[in-house]
Amino acid sequence: MFAEFLQYLLSGITVGAIYALAGLGFAIIYNSSHVINFAQGEFIMIGGMATSSLVAAGLPLWAAVLLAVVITMLVGVAVEFFAVRPARNADVVAVIIITIGASIFLRGLAQLIWDKESHALPSFSGDAPIHLLGATIVPQSLWVIGVSFLSILVLGWFFNRTLFGKAMLATAYNRLAAQLMGIRVKRVLTASFGMSAILGAIGGIVITPITYTNYEAGVMLGLKGFSAAVLGGLGNGLGAVVGGLIVGIAESLGAGYISSSYKDAIAFVIILFVLFFMPNGLFGKRGTERV
Amino acid sequence: MQMKARTTGLAAMAIILAVMPLTFPNGYYYDIADTALFNAVVCVGLNLLIGYTGQISLGHAGFFALGAYASAILTLRWHVPPLVALLAGAAMVGSLAFVIARPILRLKGHYLAMATLGIGIIIFIVLNTESWLTGGPDGLTTDNFTLLSWKLKGDGGWYWVGGGLLLLAVWLSLNLIDSPVGRALRAVHGSEVGAEVVGVNTTHYKVLVFVVSAVFASVVGSLFAHRIGLITPGIGSFFRSVELVTMVVLGGMASTFGAVVGAVILSVLPHVLTAFEDYEAVVLGLIMMTTMIFMPKGLVPTIARLWRRRRASA
Repeated sequence: MFAEFLQYLLSGITVGAIYALAGLGFAIIYNSSHVINFAQGEFIMIGGMATSSLVAAGLPLWAAVLLAVVITMLVGVAVEFFAVRPARNADVVAVIIITIGASIFLRGLAQLIWDKESHALPSFSGDAPIHLLGATIVPQSLWVIGVSFLSILVLGWFFNRTLFGKAMLATAYNRLAAQLMGIRVKRVLTASFGMSAILGAIGGIVITPITYTNYEAGVMLGLKGFSAAVLGGLGNGLGAVVGGLIVGIAESLGAGYISSSYKDAIAFVIILFVLFFMPNGLFGKRGTERV
Repeated sequence: MQMKARTTGLAAMAIILAVMPLTFPNGYYYDIADTALFNAVVCVGLNLLIGYTGQISLGHAGFFALGAYASAILTLRWHVPPLVALLAGAAMVGSLAFVIARPILRLKGHYLAMATLGIGIIIFIVLNTESWLTGGPDGLTTDNFTLLSWKLKGDGGWYWVGGGLLLLAVWLSLNLIDSPVGRALRAVHGSEVGAEVVGVNTTHYKVLVFVVSAVFASVVGSLFAHRIGLITPGIGSFFRSVELVTMVVLGGMASTFGAVVGAVILSVLPHVLTAFEDYEAVVLGLIMMTTMIFMPKGLVPTIARLWRRRRASA
């Protein structure tokens, strides 16, 4: 009974960690630009696919990971530079279409570069399951949880302790004031896309040994990440992490106790309920509108 | 002046619709044309929501799919006459939209996008999962559309029904926009708080338009089910919802004819691109990005503005 619950909880935390990273990616970009980047899921996919093919090409794992992260970061920067920046003053709807366009474009490109097949990656440290109070966990899950946790810590350090991180926060609070203080807002915007892409890539790489990946794998992961970010209150980094864990755990418990075919629906049911009662998410600021 | 532009636009569309079939060499062209017409009707409805009230829906394919499945299930399992099934589907979708409209339309911008997206995906997953009713991923086969003893079939038949429906939808939409309701809607788009201050019941209008656009989608979905013969949950996917919004935005937000043009272009495009099937996604993505970057107002309004400017300078 308890063992079963623990089992669901552990797998929930594992996927939740990936949603949290994706949600953080949404939050960082939203903060610097008020753009929802629907291509966030594609960053996850590219990270996994690139690592998988580089390992297959004979590169050692660490080199493949490093290269894949760099490639994904460049893709993120390119999305900002070619697609988002030229549309600075466009409508919210127009920008949504642009980033969805970017995601479809990247998916199409991935299908051309690789294929429609599923791609695997060997586990980082073996497949021997670890037993824990009656539940079992694969070592790769620990990698996922550990790496995600570490990424979040590094991000926290970056935003609170480095000059550039503080500049990004300042831009998020008040763009114009930040600009007047000499912060290069454009650079902040580019950096936010690069960072979100790195986060996505990291998530994609650590999860691929468990779930495999394919050119479409980013769609659902991206939408769940968006749910996580909205659940936590858009633009709230910590909220996105909590939101990601909530979505992941609820999904895993729901799949275990209710119905596994409705696993993907659970995130959206939760989000609808929360939004009906709290239109700004769990930890979101209450907004006022100027006429 | 307004009045005249409206009637000439409608007349031009009727003439184009009447002449088009003369250029169709075979039935394949009718298939494409029918899809384009169906999409156009959905987009005219969706445009009321996106273009005129400034709300977004990333879940409209869900309403389309519900209409289609309602028709398929009712006619197939309970032998309900197709027209009755269509109306029942529309009533069901309309009530569903009405119930969810209030809590959903309180949301703004990205939160609204998230909520509508969620509803679309939930509908999609239900259609996929409840196989006892929907046939699951394999879908359902449907019969011809019949009314009393008359049977709608063949290439031409559906084209004229689709064309007639489109004219009706455009006429309704143009009238709605020019009515006091339409002016209230545009006020909502301009500034919701501002509109409320001057006495517009914004919630009421937003709910009205949401329901109308959902019913448009449902009716077309029902007809589509009969036309196509086999429906699968894919017709309600997130991708389809995105496609519909793209059609509206590409053609031109807040332009009824723009929505029609956008729907026709994006419906025909895949057939033009069949030669480069593998590149379809890449090309679609590029089109979405470039039109929004260079013509954020969409094709029709941008071209109309260029045209006016040329006339003014000439």
